[in-house]
Amino acid sequence: MHGSIQGFALSNKTETSLTPRQMAFRRFVSHRAAVISCVILGLLTLLVIFAPFTARYGVNESVQVPPNSFLTPRANAWLGTDDIGRDLYSRLIYGVRVSLIIGLFSALISVTIGSVVGAIAGFRGGKFDDIMMRVTDLFLAFPFLVTLLIVRNVLGAISWVQPITGEMNSVRFIILLFSIFGWMGVARIVRGQVLSLKEREYIEAARAVGASRRYIIRRHLLPNSIGPIMVALTFSVVGAITGESTLAFFGYGPQAGDGATSLGNLVGAAKGAVQTGFWWLAVFPCLMLVIIALSVNFIGDALRDATDTQLDRGI
Amino acid sequence: MIRYILRRLAWALPTMLIVTFLVYVALRVGTNPVESYKRSNPRVTPEKIQQYIDINGLDPNYVLGYFRWLNNFLNGNWPRSIKGSREVWPALKDAMANTLRLGIAATVVGVFFGLIFGLLASLRPGGRRDIAINTGAFVGISIPPYISAILLQLLFAVYWQRWFGSSLFPTSGVYPAGHTGFDLFLMLKFMALPTIVVAIQIVATYSRYLRSSLLDVLNSDYMRTARSKGISERRILIHHGMRNALIPIVTVAAIDFGSIVGGLIISENIFSYPGMGLYFLKSFSDGDFPLLMPWMVIIVASILFFNLIADISYAWLDPRIRLE
Repeated sequence: MHGSIQGFALSNKTETSLTPRQMAFRRFVSHRAAVISCVILGLLTLLVIFAPFTARYGVNESVQVPPNSFLTPRANAWLGTDDIGRDLYSRLIYGVRVSLIIGLFSALISVTIGSVVGAIAGFRGGKFDDIMMRVTDLFLAFPFLVTLLIVRNVLGAISWVQPITGEMNSVRFIILLFSIFGWMGVARIVRGQVLSLKEREYIEAARAVGASRRYIIRRHLLPNSIGPIMVALTFSVVGAITGESTLAFFGYGPQAGDGATSLGNLVGAAKGAVQTGFWWLAVFPCLMLVIIALSVNFIGDALRDATDTQLDRGI
Repeated sequence: MIRYILRRLAWALPTMLIVTFLVYVALRVGTNPVESYKRSNPRVTPEKIQQYIDINGLDPNYVLGYFRWLNNFLNGNWPRSIKGSREVWPALKDAMANTLRLGIAATVVGVFFGLIFGLLASLRPGGRRDIAINTGAFVGISIPPYISAILLQLLFAVYWQRWFGSSLFPTSGVYPAGHTGFDLFLMLKFMALPTIVVAIQIVATYSRYLRSSLLDVLNSDYMRTARSKGISERRILIHHGMRNALIPIVTVAAIDFGSIVGGLIISENIFSYPGMGLYFLKSFSDGDFPLLMPWMVIIVASILFFNLIADISYAWLDPRIRLE
């Protein structure tokens, strides 16, 4: 109660001097779930960055001398152990590390490509725009897993992209694979934003004083689309993380051996553990994946609310 | 209107050809059919290989090969599967029947509950019920289908058995092993879990769709007019609100086909339900070109069909579109 009164007084006092960015920040902070999500993700990131200290065992290290397989959660293995006696808690930390890397990098690549392609398509229109929309329509209409598997195999079979993509079950390959998919959604969002922005007066003014297309896109359109781009970024992070775990679940993910144990590998291992009733192997990795996906989605949702209202007020 | 439909239909055929050609090339590059044929049949003679290449249209020239394949496909001259040399059509037919049953059940259940939740949420926007439903839908969208599948399986099949002696739902197949004939009750029991997994996604999306669309409608002027005429609140909601709010949803529904199939593939795999999804994953990992191509043709045709329906229903509801 006290906080809200104070907040009200504060916003009343400084109403005139708030920049749009500050207003957006306020709206973001008022989304309680998003703030909690930020805290959770921050803690997870810390846990993951300091993995050598926070994890109690190595990723492929067994907890104790055999018999050590399928131990229930206990003092020396907080979340239990898997079939060959490795600590699930430590493996989760390393798994989240790989999954976050995959999510972040492929989202960054796809947002970069998607913003450029979407901005150009939306701004120029015409043939390029038509073709791009048709292609992305088609790709997005197909069941995701089917396209993912086929594109994965095609990418792996073309020999001249091998130096860029690396081995088919490497983390690099997965990152590039999801970048190929991710940019399409981003491009559509940015295109829509640019289409609505380009009719605004200030763009017309820029054009009237003879600004080049490149200048207008770089200085006006992209900076003003930053809200939707940020939202797209969060959604492609989730898309890549859950997509990677889907792939790994069906056995097409990164190789688990050399430091590439991802959340997907752990969730995939859960498939076998379910029938035999080793619940911890299924519940904890699934829970972790759900927590990450939910947190990032909540943040994206709050970002959209924060930036959308700003547009509605016609700033 | 008829001219519009005919024009869309005239477009659908070339699109179909182009997309199947792309799929043909992608499958040939991605799964390398000749190699996988040799892998599955190690002692095969060169004549057999040549025969396999001919009937599948695996010409070195992709365009020529595609038309060879198309010719054989249209004439019903379908090659047999590379593993066990099975007929393709019976397998595909069974898979299709199973998946249609699952897909329709999940869609009906999902849309029904989705619309109910959406309606309940939009009656008092911002209220406690709205927040609960909205958060629930958000969680439902965020959870990938295989996770709900694993957790449901763990709870209802494995742990139910431990706690209560017998499992509530079976976890795999359409019928228990050795069962023959038709048994509706048994079938429903086996379908329950895979249906729920797909339906969760549908409920979550549709409750969100309906909520946003219904809120738009409820804030419009004609709703106020209806209220001022003294029509009962219930009649306003059903006759004016729902009717208009459902219009945009009908068009979205048709395009959602791809994501429902995606959910089905995952759900079928986890519950070993012998449908289109299991069919695809199995033949894909074998690199079984003769099994894969017809599957792809059916999927592409259904995607185009549902897109067509979306376009037509949109044009029917909004006459301005027809002029294009």
